[in-house]
Parts: sequence; structure tokens; C-alpha cells
Amino acid sequence: MAKEDLASFKLGELLAQYDYARDFFISIGINDIDSNRSLKDFAGDINQELLEDAGLNGEQLITNFLAFIDKMETLKKSSCNIVESITIIGGNDKFGQEENIKLELKVGEVISIVGPTGSGKSRLLADIECLAQRDTPTNRQILLNGEIPDMNRRFSIENKLVAQLSQNMNFVMDLSVNDFIKLHAESRMIDHVEKVVQEIVKCANELAGEKFTRDTPLTQLSGGQSRALMIADTALLSLSPIVLIDEIENAGIDRKKAIELLLKEEKLVLISTHDPVLALMGDKRLVIKNGGIHKIIVLSEQEKQYIDVLEKIDKKMLQIRSHLRNGGVIDESITR
Amino acid sequence: MKIVTVSGPPSSGKTSVIIKTIEYLKKDQLEIGVVKFDSLSTYDDEMYKKLGVKVKVGLSGNLCPDHYYMTNIEDSVKWGISEKLDMLISESAGLCNRCSPHIRDVLAICVIDNLSGINTPKKIGPMLRLADIVVITKGDIVSQAEREVFAFRAKQSSPRASIIFINGITGQGAYDLSLRLKEANDYESVIDKKLRFSMPAAVCSYCTGEIRIGEKYQTGNIKKIKL
Repeated sequence: MAKEDLASFKLGELLAQYDYARDFFISIGINDIDSNRSLKDFAGDINQELLEDAGLNGEQLITNFLAFIDKMETLKKSSCNIVESITIIGGNDKFGQEENIKLELKVGEVISIVGPTGSGKSRLLADIECLAQRDTPTNRQILLNGEIPDMNRRFSIENKLVAQLSQNMNFVMDLSVNDFIKLHAESRMIDHVEKVVQEIVKCANELAGEKFTRDTPLTQLSGGQSRALMIADTALLSLSPIVLIDEIENAGIDRKKAIELLLKEEKLVLISTHDPVLALMGDKRLVIKNGGIHKIIVLSEQEKQYIDVLEKIDKKMLQIRSHLRNGGVIDESITR
Repeated sequence: MKIVTVSGPPSSGKTSVIIKTIEYLKKDQLEIGVVKFDSLSTYDDEMYKKLGVKVKVGLSGNLCPDHYYMTNIEDSVKWGISEKLDMLISESAGLCNRCSPHIRDVLAICVIDNLSGINTPKKIGPMLRLADIVVITKGDIVSQAEREVFAFRAKQSSPRASIIFINGITGQGAYDLSLRLKEANDYESVIDKKLRFSMPAAVCSYCTGEIRIGEKYQTGNIKKIKL
């Protein structure tokens, strides 16, 4: 049915076609819907007191309803909005020095971003997120699939490009793991909710050191379990094609597996980090200095040889940490 | 002069969002003024002054803060014109979540935060439902999934609005908002303009100073819970 006619259709038909429409009425406190009447008639003589409580007049009710249906339909379709690559066209650093680069990043790639604190890592990520068009302080330009993106994307949550994950993020909802994932799946309006819940819990448990069940309250998950669940959920339920990881700690989570999972789901993974092992997980490494991209290092065969060594050192530190945690003391055995 | 109204529940991050956005607007040499409406006290004017922004504070005291806002907005606009501002931003808290200081055709922003709970978008009335732009703050401390669910709920409540995520500490996202502010309509006066929605009425005996409990002391506009 044509969008502008929706208001004349019987509410029963509307609800049959758009099952989520009921949510709209419930959210403004309207629970009894006469399915034989049209939205126009309904809005025309709805109890004035109810509308005032809801904070909408009849006309606003109709406009908001039509916009709601429109948005929800776009949301349903948006999974076919595929980003295959982004291109960063260089701008300038804090001192006006030109970056002189054109860098294409593709889904399935891992890019690490290194640089001193305050060097401009976040600005680079913000430029990508807001699809900068030479109009941010860095003058960078971002292309999607090699083209100048449609600017409507900038403000639409359906097309949110970047999903973020950082050490500072916590779950604040008072829900079980199960209910929480279900809620997220419903907000994505997908059909196979149960299957997705199962899969996310399974993946998260593969990443986490200690296992947890679906009934565990979110707020009782350990740091590692939370991070594992966030990654599995982002991989399997977030629409955003780019995942930005800001420094995830090495405790209680298998970081290599986590990144493999994200790549399997066709994501472009950006890791901003000070940790050598994480930094070397990137196929390319961007070095940020004075607000600009200073250098692009492609992971060489030589560096690859030493990943093992770094991992051993890392493992050693973890062992010492757990040794201390369990009441151990440091002696000459740590040199072995 | 461009006029923008910013509202949102207390502590949702309105001032931080405005300050980060003004930092971008100032790069275009725009003369900006803020009128901060609050109920009892505020120190935010100091923060605006530090930024070199002209600022006036209105404290509603024992009056309904949003009715107070309505009776002072025209004078605020006059002040802005006399100061030759390019843009006037009004900041007010919709303290009971039902109020909406949004004026028709005047760019209206509502600021809500991720920590306020996922049902919040449903609990906030016209302030959110009739806003042009919904700014969501404090996304840096909750999970991606919670951000997505919260934004979805906000979208459900306010389907017409654009949603912008802003980190009030780093300013990430504020640039996008500054672009939208530059598109706000210009007005020399707001006389005869209308609110997008009426404010809650409350003319009862307690409005005029009654403090005793009991039906016999209650007169005027009264509504009872169905128990």
C-alpha cells in the first residue's frame, strides 16, 4: 500500500501487515485498538486526555506513525546495505603538514592503529565514523566503496558505520544474558531470534576463559565474560560493517579467536592499541603522530616471525600475574 | 539570528554537548549566546564564560521551570538581538519529562543519555517525540548492543528526528551537530510563534502555596489515581 494512504487503512489491516506497529501505540499508552477503524478516524476522536498525556495531538500522531513505519521498514531492509571498503584520503596534521595518502581498507582486513596518547587516534576514528568530507579539523575525506557517500547516511542509525568496543564499556542493563540478546535481536527486527541467541552464547563461551549460562544476569559477568559477550554480539548482531576495538585487555578472553570471529562475519576491524601483541594482529599498522597519519607499515614476513616470541612474553606475564593472584611470591624462577 | 532550543532530563549532558558543539561553531567566527534555564542553582554559566560565550541565567525558583521558560523566551531573544548574536541557544531541563519547550519551526534538540535505562525513551513525552534532533550521550561507557537498543527505542519514540551520538568528554559527534545547528532558521522575534505541544497544566491549591494533605484542601485542576 502507498505510504500516504496508510492513515486511511483499517487499523486491523495495518497491524496485520506491520506486526511491529502495535509497539508504537503501546509506547504512547494506547492499548485498545479498534481494528475496524482507520488511523485517521482513530486520531480524529481519540480521548483528548489520553493524547495530552501521550504528548501528541491527532495530527502529530499520524505524522509520527507514518515516519515510524517508514523508519522500521528501512531498518528491515538495511541489512542489504553493504560496505565493502572505505578509503581514507589524507588531510593534514595539527601543524598543517599534508598527510599525502590515499588508503583503501577492505572488510576482512585488520588494521591496527598505534601512536602516543593524544596523538590523534580517536580523531581518525571519528573521521571515519562521521564520514568526513574535508570538513573536519583534519580535512580528511572518507569514501565508501570508492565513492563519495550519500550524506543522509551521516545521521541515520540504520547505517551506523562503526561499532565500538572498549575496555571502559560495561553492561548497565538489569537483564539476563538471554533476555538481553533477545532484546537486541528484536531491535534489529530479525526473524530467527532464538537461533541467534544460541549462537551468540556459544561463541561468547568459546572466547571467554570461564563459561557462563544464558540465565546469568549481565551484571554478574566477569570482565572477560562481558568482553566476550560484547564481541560475539557485535559480530553476529550489529549491522555496522566496521568494528573499532579500543584496547582490549588480555585477561579472560582469547583475542585471536575474537578477531577471527569478527573477520568471519565480514567486518573491517580497526584496533587502537598500545599492546604489542594486538598491534601485530593487524595486516597493516597506521602510525599516528601530531594528529596525522605519519606512516603505514604493512606487516612484514620478518615481523610475523616474531609474533610467536611476543606471545610467549605475553603469556609469561599472564602466568606471573596469576601466580601473584594466587598468593605466590616472585623469585629467580621468573627468569626461566 | 539563528535560534536553537536544547532540552533534556537533568544530568543527561546538555551543557557538555552544547559546549563541544560551540567549540566547532566558534571556528567559523560565529557570535554565540546561551540562555541557561534552571530551577535552583547552576554553575554552568561559568563554563560558558570560559569558552568566551555570552551567557544569561534564569532561575525559576518556586515557579514551574518550563512555564518560567515560556514567559522568558521572548526577552531572551531580544537580548540576543541586542547583543548582535549570530546564534542563540536556550538550554532548559524538561524536569517532569512531560514538558516540551520546543517551538514550531525553531530547531529543537533533545539530549538523553544511555545510562538512563532502556525504557527512558518511552517515558519522555513531547520533549523527545517532537524534537528535530535527538542527541544520545554517554555511549562510551555502555556496550555496543545497549547503544543500539537504546537508539532503536529513541527512534521508535521519535521517528521523525535525526539521531546523533555525542561523547560529551571527547566531543566525538559534536561536529555533526554543529553542521545541523548552522542550518537552523533565523528569526528576529518569536512573538506569536507557538509551542509544538502544550505544557502540563497544574493550577491547583498546591500551586498557590497550600501545604496541608487532604481532599478538603484540594481545589482546582486535580487528577486522582484509579486505585
